[in-house]
Order: sequence, then C-alpha cells, then structure tokens
Amino acid sequence: MNASFGIIAITFVCVVTLGIGAFGLRLSRTTSDFYVASRAVSPGWNASAIGGEYLSAASFLGIAGLVYTLGADMLWFPVGYTVGYLVLLVLVAAPLRRSGAYTLPDFAEDRLESVQVRRLCSLLVISIGWLYLLPQFKGAGLALSAVTGAPTWVGGLIVAVVVMANVVAGGMRSITLVQAVQYWLKLTAISIPVFVLLWLWQRHGAPQPHVPTVPGGHEWSRPLSGFGGRDHTVYATYSTLLALCFGTMGLPHVLVRFYTNPDGRAARRTTLVVIGLLGLFYVFTPVYGVLGRVYLPTLPQGVTADSVVLMLPAAISPGLLGELLSALLAAGAFAAFLSTASGLTISVAGVLDQDLLRPRFSARTGGDSVAVQGFRIAAVVAVLIPYVFSLLSVRVGLAETVGLAFAVAASTFCPLLVLGVWWRGLSTTGATAGLATGGLLAMTAVLVTVVGGVHRGWAGALLAQPAAWTMPIAFLVAVVVSITTPSRIPKGTARTMVRLHAPEALNADLAEPTPLSY
Amino acid sequence: MSGSGDQQASKRVRITSPRRGAARRGPTRPVITEIDEQTGVGEVYMAALLRAQLRLSVSVLVAVAAGLGILPLMFLAVPATHELHVWMVPVPWLILGVLVYPVVALTARYYVRHAEAIERDFTDLVDRR
Repeated sequence: MNASFGIIAITFVCVVTLGIGAFGLRLSRTTSDFYVASRAVSPGWNASAIGGEYLSAASFLGIAGLVYTLGADMLWFPVGYTVGYLVLLVLVAAPLRRSGAYTLPDFAEDRLESVQVRRLCSLLVISIGWLYLLPQFKGAGLALSAVTGAPTWVGGLIVAVVVMANVVAGGMRSITLVQAVQYWLKLTAISIPVFVLLWLWQRHGAPQPHVPTVPGGHEWSRPLSGFGGRDHTVYATYSTLLALCFGTMGLPHVLVRFYTNPDGRAARRTTLVVIGLLGLFYVFTPVYGVLGRVYLPTLPQGVTADSVVLMLPAAISPGLLGELLSALLAAGAFAAFLSTASGLTISVAGVLDQDLLRPRFSARTGGDSVAVQGFRIAAVVAVLIPYVFSLLSVRVGLAETVGLAFAVAASTFCPLLVLGVWWRGLSTTGATAGLATGGLLAMTAVLVTVVGGVHRGWAGALLAQPAAWTMPIAFLVAVVVSITTPSRIPKGTARTMVRLHAPEALNADLAEPTPLSY
Repeated sequence: MSGSGDQQASKRVRITSPRRGAARRGPTRPVITEIDEQTGVGEVYMAALLRAQLRLSVSVLVAVAAGLGILPLMFLAVPATHELHVWMVPVPWLILGVLVYPVVALTARYYVRHAEAIERDFTDLVDRR
C-alpha cells in the first residue's frame, strides 16, 4: 500500500494542530487563560470542543474493532459513551459549573473543606488520566504502523511531542479552538468514507457479513450470544453500561471543560449540544465493524482488530480511492489521539502542578509567570510517563482499557459528585471512605485485568467489568460513614449548596465563586 | 405606629384618616437576603428548589434506566427480535446503532427545558417579594 497519502494526512493534522495552538498562544496570557480559557467560551464552540476532546482512539478505532471481534453486544459502548453525558447533564452539569472550581480536586476541597480529600482526588485524577492516556498512545502507534508500516513506538511519540508542544505553549485557550476544529475533522473523516464504502458495498450486491473460521459464527450478529468466547454476557452488558453512564462525569478531562462555560445555564445547553454531536458521530462507527466482517473475514497475522477501520478502504476498493479514504481515516484517527491526549494532559498537568509543583515553587517566589512555568513542567511529566507505559505490551483492546478508566471514575468521582451536589449529609470522613474504597476496589480489578489478561468464569467477569459492584459499594460506604460521622459534615455545607443550585439570575452573593486560595 | 396621639386625648385634635398604619408592612426583606444570610426562610426556599430539581433529575434517570435497561432483557427473552429485519438490518442493531441517539437527545432537551423552567419560577418567586 502506498504510504505517502497517509503520511501527508497525518502530517497535515499535526501541523494544523500546532498552527491553531500557536494562534491561540497569542490570546493566552494569564493562569486563568491557561486552565479554563478565562471562562468565556460560547456553548456552540464549547460543545464542539467537548465532542472533539471526548472522541478518542476508543471511539474512532476501538468501537469498530470491538464490533468486528465480538459482535452486537459491543454496540452498547457508543450508547454508554453518549448516555454518560445525559447522566452528567441531569445530575451535575449546572451545579459543577456554579461551584466555580477549576478541577475535580478543587471541587472536592471547596465542597468538603478538607485538604486530605483534595489529595485523594488528585491521586485519582492522575491515575484515571494516565489509564486513559495509555490507549491514546497505543492507538497512535497502531494507526501509524497500519498506514505507513512504521514501528509502533513512532506514532505514540509523534502524539506525545505534538501534545506537549501545544499544551506547553498555549494551555486551554488554544486547546479549546483545536478541540472544536478536531471534532468537525473527525466527523468528516468518519462519515465520508462510510457513504463511499456503503455505496461500493451496494454495487457489489450488498454481501452479508460472514464469520467463517469460528464455530457458531452466525452468533456474531445476535445480542448476548456470548460470541467470541465470552460468558456472563448479561452481567457484562449491564456492568459496562453502568460504568460508561456514570463514569463520564468523573473523567478529569470532561469536567475541566465545564468550567469554560460562562454560567450554569450555558453548561446545560452545552451538554445538550454535546449529546447531539456524539450521537451523530457514533451512528457511523459500527458500520466499519460490520463492513469489516464482510470484506475482511480474517485479519492478517499480527494485526489487531483495532486496525479494521484503517484497513477497510483498501480491502473494498484497492487503488487510489481506497488509499485516499485510508489517509482521511488516518487523519481523523490522529485528530482523535491528539485531542483526547491534549485534554487529558491539561487535566493531569493541572493537578500535578497545583498539588505537587506549585507548593514547592511558591515557597521560593510568587506570581503568575512562575505559576505558568510550573504548569509547563507538569505537562511534560504528564505526557511522558503514560507514553513510556504504552510501550510495554498490554494485551487489552483500546476500547476495553478506556472502559476500565470509566469504571474507576464511576466508582470514585461519581459518588463524590452526586452526593456532594445533592446531599447535605455528606461528611468529610464519608467522602474520604467512599473514594478510598471505590478507588481501591476498582483499581485492583483494573490491574488484575490489564496485567493478568482476561480470565474466565464469574471471577473474570466481575474483574473485567467491575463497575456493577464497585460503584454501589463506594456509594454505600460514603453514605453509611457519613451518617455515623455527623460531626464531620463541613460547616459551610448550606452555603455551598446555595452556590451550587441558585440560578445566576438571582445574583445571590453566594452565586459568585469565592476566590480560591492559590 | 399608628396610635401616637393617644396620650393627648384631652386636647381637641383634628382627626384625619391617612390609613398609613394599615397599609405599611414594615421594611421589606427580599428573599435573596434571606437566602444570603441563611435564615430559616432562605433555607425553606432553597430546600424547595433543590427538591424540585432533584425530582426532575431522578424521574429523567428512572425513565432512561427503564428504557435502556429493558433492552438486553427484551433481546434475551424474545429471540424473535433478532430475526426481525428492517432494510436488511436486524432490529437490535437498528435500535442500538441508530434509534437510541435521537431518543437520548430528545430526553436531554426535555430535561434542559424543565430545569430552566424550575429556575425561572424560582427566580420569579424570589423577585416578587
């Protein structure tokens, strides 16, 4: 296959990303610009940016790979990714914006008035962020090698360098613009080939998907059939759905975006647009998995199912058209890696900076320039560590790794946010206990699955999809411990609740975010 | 405030009827102040707002959970759903691949409208006093 189109397309995406980043640099001046674009981005732009940031390697390549490998049940992944925003909208969108905090640890400290809870949240943000960054670098390596034949470490390195340059240079302001453009780039890249490929498929007489090499191959298209050697499919389906629906609100790079809305009402409207944009995108992705089953009944040795999207055009239409479509898809995939990795890097770097580097820097000097310097150092650290880990061989698919990050978020930040926003009785001790229990259980399940591979039987099912038991346990622990420690309910709870829920139109004094301590 | 002339009852006084005392309510305390100062009244107002919002959120969530949660059970219990095809696409694929998204978007729009209405009513209520 001719590699030059792919190289041109990927180079184009990287250059455009850096170019818009440099343009944003001229607009980015203060610490506030760096983190949240000075909180003045319109719902349309913001929604595109959230969509751009959210559609990661898992969405662009992973879903098609899963549908190809495991069939109908995997359609729940994009459904869960979208419904996650509905749950976020209904439970926390407006109150979180009104809290006026920058990051999840900021919210935790503000609501629970405890530095200890803040530290725990920082630790979790970094863990979830790195777990989610890992498949982005892996996906980049995969995509580049599928399109150009380069070794797998090169793609990840390109993404790492571009993200670092962009984040270090411009922060959130440039990122908002980059993300918004990248949503539309990704939608174009995923949709145009679908129309062309479906048209070709019609001309070939619309052959049905077939799964010849596996016994019981016809089970592929049936929901809950356990195709691909899975058992306990009903449990797995519900648990995955739960993790995706309730994990979205706890992803660090998703929440930081809500702070760039001007107010709580705009936060709701932004989320509404996001749901529309995501639905539009996810209608296209499973088509690649299905067409993959038609035209690529078996994959070449050493090629993972996550590459199906990129290999499909050449399989359907060898020649110039196929190469052009492959190049377009590679460009979209790189846009996905770059935008998600940028958002995650901003969040992880923000937390590293505020909670690890800033205290050490401000001990020597003070002022905004030093603050920005710390953020830049943090950004480099935030990218390099997961990149190095991505080079180690981990035998779990892109969308599954991302699913595990969702499970951890659903078991930790979801209880914290939901109880923090709606329940006055949440005590500092209860929140700490809930975060620690949920985090410990979910992270253990994740480590066993990622390191040890997928096991069979109930133990394997419970560990591979932990959310259905870790999330309720985390909620339960937080509630029970809070009830037994009423003296540890933060003194300012009533005041915070007014700030979280009072409409901006009221102009209550409390509706203004109180200045944070740094 | 009205009976200031009582002590001078022996003197002739001209009686007029300004009806001031009957009309005055004393200095008004806007609800917003009650909320800001977290008096009992403010607490009652905020609790009402919170309850209304939570009721809306929970009912939307229950509807979504019921709508999505029933699907795997339906696929499991009624195997005929797999055999059903619309334009060559099996019905489960059509539901999960396409139809879910407009329904989710419409639900979100329903929620946003009602949440804003609750806030508007609350703001009107507070401003009226």
